[in-house]
Amino acid sequence: MLVPVLKQGDVLIASIQAALSDADLLQLRDELAEKVGRLRARGVIVDVTALDVMDSFATRTLRGIVQMTKLRGAETVIVGIQPDVASAMVQLGLTLNDISTALDLEDGFALLASSLAGRHRGG
Amino acid sequence: MAAETRVGIDHEADIVAARQKGRALAAQVGFPPSDATLIATAISEVARNIVIYAQRGEVVLDLVHDGRRRGIRIIARDDGPGIPDVELAMRDGYSTGKSLGLGLPGARRIVDDFEISSEVGRGTIVTMRKWLP
Repeated sequence: MLVPVLKQGDVLIASIQAALSDADLLQLRDELAEKVGRLRARGVIVDVTALDVMDSFATRTLRGIVQMTKLRGAETVIVGIQPDVASAMVQLGLTLNDISTALDLEDGFALLASSLAGRHRGG
Repeated sequence: MAAETRVGIDHEADIVAARQKGRALAAQVGFPPSDATLIATAISEVARNIVIYAQRGEVVLDLVHDGRRRGIRIIARDDGPGIPDVELAMRDGYSTGKSLGLGLPGARRIVDDFEISSEVGRGTIVTMRKWLP
């Protein structure tokens, strides 16, 4: 299951379209780390709206995406965690501490825009 | 009562198949979507443990009654190396390094009943039940 990655301005958008296997998630992580450099992106949005389950592996891999892209100079926002998925994560004890999240793509863009603007000013 | 559903687990892609079958069965017997997500997540964790530690095994799903309640039973079984210290493996954050260490204890928290039996050199059986609300 390939995750399409689009570029809009200096932001990469990875829209997960369906349930992903562990290998698919790792591939997405590596692809984003590579594309941040090749496409000179400064922000990344990972849209997980269509992800059926956020278990310990998916949570760890998303955290990996955030850390790897940060090391490559880009900020990542996770958007679209569904209510049932959020509830299951809380009960499982899975957290995304220190990771930016937003309700949807639109809010994710807004969050990145203000964060990147702040970085311009050196803030 | 529906016949049991068996999902062979011998590749990481089978984790997705197992949890999707679990979600479908849960929805079919009337679990609300939030519970179906919990069931799918618990299946994902136990199926991954099979792939990581035993390479292959199976997940068996069926419907159960206990006289008062109806529910779904999930059995994850493998003939892998077994777990030397089950109590330790059930502790939050404990991992032999291949995972977050939240898989089994997390799964236990999101189902109603959770049993695990493991024998070194013989394999592991995890049995979980979730009752209809």
